[in-house]
Amino acid sequence: MSDNANTATTLGARAHARAQGGGRAEAMPILPAAAWAAEGDLPAGVEAADLIWAETVAGGGYTSKLIARGSTVRLTDLAGDACAHLLLFNADQTWERLNVADTVKVLWQAYLGPGHLLLSDQGRVLASIVTDTSGHHDALCGTSSELRNLERYGDGSAQGPSPAGRELQLLAVAKHGMSARDIGPGLSFFKGVRAAADGALTWTGSRPVQAPESVAPVVEFRAEMPLVVVIANVPHPLDPRPSYQCSTLEVLAWSGPPTSASDPIRTASPEAERAFLNTDDYLAARGIR
Amino acid sequence: MTEPRIDDLVAARAPWSAVVRAGEVLTIVDLGGNQAVDCLLYNAADTTERYSAPDTLTGQGNLFLSTGSQLRSGLGRVLMTVVVDEVGRHDTIGGACSKESNTLRYGHHTKYQHACVENFLAEGSRWGLTKRDLVSNINWYMNVPVDPDGSLGIVDGLSAPGLRVGLRAEIDTLVLVSNCPQINNPCNGFDPTPVQMIVTRPTPIA
Repeated sequence: MSDNANTATTLGARAHARAQGGGRAEAMPILPAAAWAAEGDLPAGVEAADLIWAETVAGGGYTSKLIARGSTVRLTDLAGDACAHLLLFNADQTWERLNVADTVKVLWQAYLGPGHLLLSDQGRVLASIVTDTSGHHDALCGTSSELRNLERYGDGSAQGPSPAGRELQLLAVAKHGMSARDIGPGLSFFKGVRAAADGALTWTGSRPVQAPESVAPVVEFRAEMPLVVVIANVPHPLDPRPSYQCSTLEVLAWSGPPTSASDPIRTASPEAERAFLNTDDYLAARGIR
Repeated sequence: MTEPRIDDLVAARAPWSAVVRAGEVLTIVDLGGNQAVDCLLYNAADTTERYSAPDTLTGQGNLFLSTGSQLRSGLGRVLMTVVVDEVGRHDTIGGACSKESNTLRYGHHTKYQHACVENFLAEGSRWGLTKRDLVSNINWYMNVPVDPDGSLGIVDGLSAPGLRVGLRAEIDTLVLVSNCPQINNPCNGFDPTPVQMIVTRPTPIA
């Protein structure tokens, strides 16, 4: 009990609890999301009323949200050392989820960048990457396990000093009725990996700081279906630094129209064209516009 | 020579599964040459623990599977170790073919062709596994290079008739296999062929 709090009675405990309201932390959600507009610059063409998600995620933290088709999610590496580990699920039937193998194989491209489609195991587009000012991402190495973090940092438990990405994913998916069986390979943003001809994997870290330094790296993806979005902000599993280092990630999302029929992302490749055809076919039959 | 506990011929396009006990070695024989063998691994005692391609790649710092590769679960634990590889390298980033991904890669006219995910679903159901239990798999004998610009693809294989891969189980491991039916890319030399699956007990130390 703190010096000034009288928490020996229910009324005292209530007053003590209520006095904490309105506090601020470096990592926290802003509610309503529209209130974020008072402290940040809105993306071009976005009104405050369009905002559906405004949150800062601590290094070692996670968040999740169910978002509508047409929503755009913007991830910002505020301080240059975040690593956003992403899982995606079709919100209507979560057994349909991000398939990283198809995401790289179908598009004939292992390295994520603007225009990359994030595909489900059902041959459909869950989301499309519409903006990328980082170029340092990874679709190969997934996230960290509790065992790996135990070996690397001495602890990997979800609420310990160096949480493993998978432990956080387990908590996040649980809050959407899912469990360990629903966790497959994911993607990570803001830390890069490159493969040599002999297969050797090299961690390339964050995008080098660019002038002006205030311009933080950003990735935006648009939901092509109703999605459960799971984000764990933890060090990349190949991060060679001996200590657990991960800085705050900002998540901002806004509602908007779905990808238009004339959007060039639909026809960027024959595989993309057919992936959007499959998505449109599913949504039309499902009654989602 | 140890008598095999299991010695199965897996027909072209067919699934296969078995529990390989800790210490046993599963030998896969590419009888016809360049036959992709899609493979998933599960802790036989708790199938929520299963093969993880990312944990395996992270653990070895390399894209390709070969002798010495430790095949890890999503919990980071080693399920099996590659103890024999007569080919040189195998894939674990290309995933399994499905009817759905075939429509993307080759066109909607390929929807009614056979695919590995059908084998995984059907064979997995015999062990109580469902769609949720399928993750990025191993493709024995499949060749998937990544170019400097990130371009990747399934290209002509490096295997030949009779070449073997040997996997030692570190814990009791359920092995789920699809002898790949794909005919639209070179992973099976455009001609799916049978493979042989042999499980042998560890040789007692004399």
